[in-house]
Amino acid sequence: MTDTAIATPRRIGDNDALVARRYRAERRFKFYGIAAIAVTAVFLMLLFADVLVKGLPAFTEHRLTLPIKVDQAAIDPQNSKDPKIIRTGDFDSPIRRAFRDLFPEVTTRGDRKKLMGLLSSGAADDFRAMVMRDPALIGQDAKVPVLLSDDADQYLKGRQTGVEKFPGQGTMTVTPEGEQFKLTSDGVALPSPGDIIRMNGGAFRVLSLSNAALLAEQVMAPKTPAPAASGAWDIVRFTVPENNRRIDDQEALWLEHLKEQGIAESNIAWRFFTSGDSREPELAGIRGALMGSILTLLVTLFLCLPIGVAAAIYLEEFAPKNRFTQIIELNINNLAAVPSIVFGLLGLAMFLNFFGLPRSAPLVGGLVLALLVLPTIIIASRAALRAVPPSIKEAALGVGASHQQAVFHHVLPLAMPGIMTGTIIGMAHALGETAPLLMIGMVAFIVDIPTGFTDAATALPIQIYLWSDLPEIAFQSKTAGAIIVLLAFLFVMNAAAIMLRKRFERRW
Amino acid sequence: MDAMIKTPVAPSAPRIAREKPLKIKARNVDVYYGDKHAINDLSIDIPDSAVSAFIGPSGCGKSTFLRSINRMNDTIPSCRITGNVEIDGRDIYDKTLDVVQLRARIGMVFQKPNPFPKSIYENVAYGPKIHGLAKNKAELEEIVVTSLKKAGLFEEVKDRLDHSGTSLSGGQQQRLCIARAIAVNPEVILMDEPCSALDPIATARIEELIDELRQNFCIVIVTHSMQQAARVSQLTAFFHLGNLVEVGDTDDIFTSPRDKRTQDYITGRFG
Repeated sequence: MTDTAIATPRRIGDNDALVARRYRAERRFKFYGIAAIAVTAVFLMLLFADVLVKGLPAFTEHRLTLPIKVDQAAIDPQNSKDPKIIRTGDFDSPIRRAFRDLFPEVTTRGDRKKLMGLLSSGAADDFRAMVMRDPALIGQDAKVPVLLSDDADQYLKGRQTGVEKFPGQGTMTVTPEGEQFKLTSDGVALPSPGDIIRMNGGAFRVLSLSNAALLAEQVMAPKTPAPAASGAWDIVRFTVPENNRRIDDQEALWLEHLKEQGIAESNIAWRFFTSGDSREPELAGIRGALMGSILTLLVTLFLCLPIGVAAAIYLEEFAPKNRFTQIIELNINNLAAVPSIVFGLLGLAMFLNFFGLPRSAPLVGGLVLALLVLPTIIIASRAALRAVPPSIKEAALGVGASHQQAVFHHVLPLAMPGIMTGTIIGMAHALGETAPLLMIGMVAFIVDIPTGFTDAATALPIQIYLWSDLPEIAFQSKTAGAIIVLLAFLFVMNAAAIMLRKRFERRW
Repeated sequence: MDAMIKTPVAPSAPRIAREKPLKIKARNVDVYYGDKHAINDLSIDIPDSAVSAFIGPSGCGKSTFLRSINRMNDTIPSCRITGNVEIDGRDIYDKTLDVVQLRARIGMVFQKPNPFPKSIYENVAYGPKIHGLAKNKAELEEIVVTSLKKAGLFEEVKDRLDHSGTSLSGGQQQRLCIARAIAVNPEVILMDEPCSALDPIATARIEELIDELRQNFCIVIVTHSMQQAARVSQLTAFFHLGNLVEVGDTDDIFTSPRDKRTQDYITGRFG
């Protein structure tokens, strides 16, 4: 027999290696996907954690609660109860007086000035507002909230230095030694250089250790030079050296005292939401920026929604399909990809320089953002209109509805959730947009809260940008706090968009 | 109308065309989709108060011709029609004719049930509303109820007229679409494969319904099922590759087709 090699036809299932390779490829692909998601999730978590850690302190503030007699003579001598007169009353001195009374040992001019520096320069505002709200307080004793300065606030939030305290063991004796003091204790736990020893209402900073004695300098003078018994003195250790923080040891000790006495307490800083920008971090809030953003977005919405939807309906349903409409479509898609700063320049050239509209106004900001968002809305609306099954329109045409009736009675209502989703996402985009607003002068230090469309205003992202540039530590947390608010708004808007989509999707 | 009845009909014309008045008259109709020649020189007479069925393999132009009767093809930009289609002697491609009014006079039922995603009531009431057929709510309700009754759906949905039309079963949806079509009291009802998405029981119900509706309407139905054509129609037209191959009484077409292609098709040799 001639050996004609007839190849056996290969059967599926013979090739185990192929199957194994396919499995490997699939596993690999799955792994890549999970890895990509994991990396994204980690970065996102890091971002949020960072923003939250930095920003959450912005939502609290430290206030003193001081008992103050609301003095008739200083505030409303004629007992007129007229808000205008009350407003001009002296609210500052009573606070200073009450605060000074907490530290009777502070007597020198320099120390007093330093002590007063712990209070916010706007400390009297709350007191004034309180009395204006309730004139019956005049002549009475009141518990007045007094805002601390940003540095004091930051210290109490633990953002300047860590603080450790150890109770003193054994009796501590102080003996003057030239300019310095010699501290001796019969206890065991001995402080290290840099620590503060508090005793008898005074404080000493340890300079060096020699044998069983400590060489120290006086930070605050004690009331008596007598030895302090075990438990009557303590050691305070700041983890950050004095030179590296904005609150020195003396101020820190005052604040520790206020905290220990329960006079300084942390409260929710509603001020952050109710006041405008300020040069003083503790007084600065996002209300102005928020109002600016809201006014700007209102302009944008009122321009974009009707124009965008009308354009989408026309282009999608009525426009003849010819070269001209193709060019328009192409350019709408291109516009969506134009860098936003270009829209800002356009706004500057057109709305400010040509039309002479007011600078820094939400009106102009809204116009510019409208230009920016319009393509997004048109594209989203067209997609939503296109997603409505043609059978619905045919059904309407079939019972004798005109094209326009079919579109407005059936297609548009069905497309509305999609249009709304697109609009909300466009608005969220506009809310976060910064660059074009810079160009039209919405980047400015504006204290007043805007009330109209032509008032000077800034917007939330711009406020973030402005604050991030400032040196004060307190503004760093304000920046992050404002970012949290901005993100919260974006989340709410996007969640609304998703809800709309889920709620109404596929009703046919 | 009278003039129409007296129109002399050739002795070779289908019996049904002699018994019933002429409703739709098409002469030398050509339809193009862009470069594609979808229908080639078609002429047909469709009688009133009867069911006419268009059969033929896929892509033979039967749906295209159906959609030319109520000018639904106008919505396709690339579509071009020449020739003459008359309903009751009136050219429907006449420039002065309002296409929307025309479509109200010619109802259409589509292949896939396409109720509006609104309530059952709204579905049926929409047509009468936009055409002002009802003076008040009571009249409108009357129209809705009668239409649903005529479509044989009323008993099943009378307790849930406010439910969404899309919540019904496929067969019910299709009957709802028929109710919606007859609510505007059209003269002609075009049905484009109305049962192709339905199960046999739902199909049987629709076929029964078509048979009842034939008393009052001129019905034109496109179908893939030759059995269906044989069951419901009186006149059958066989389309092939854009040509109207043969038209005649349903009984004749299915028992003694004159054309070889018709014979091949109905005996299942192709298609």
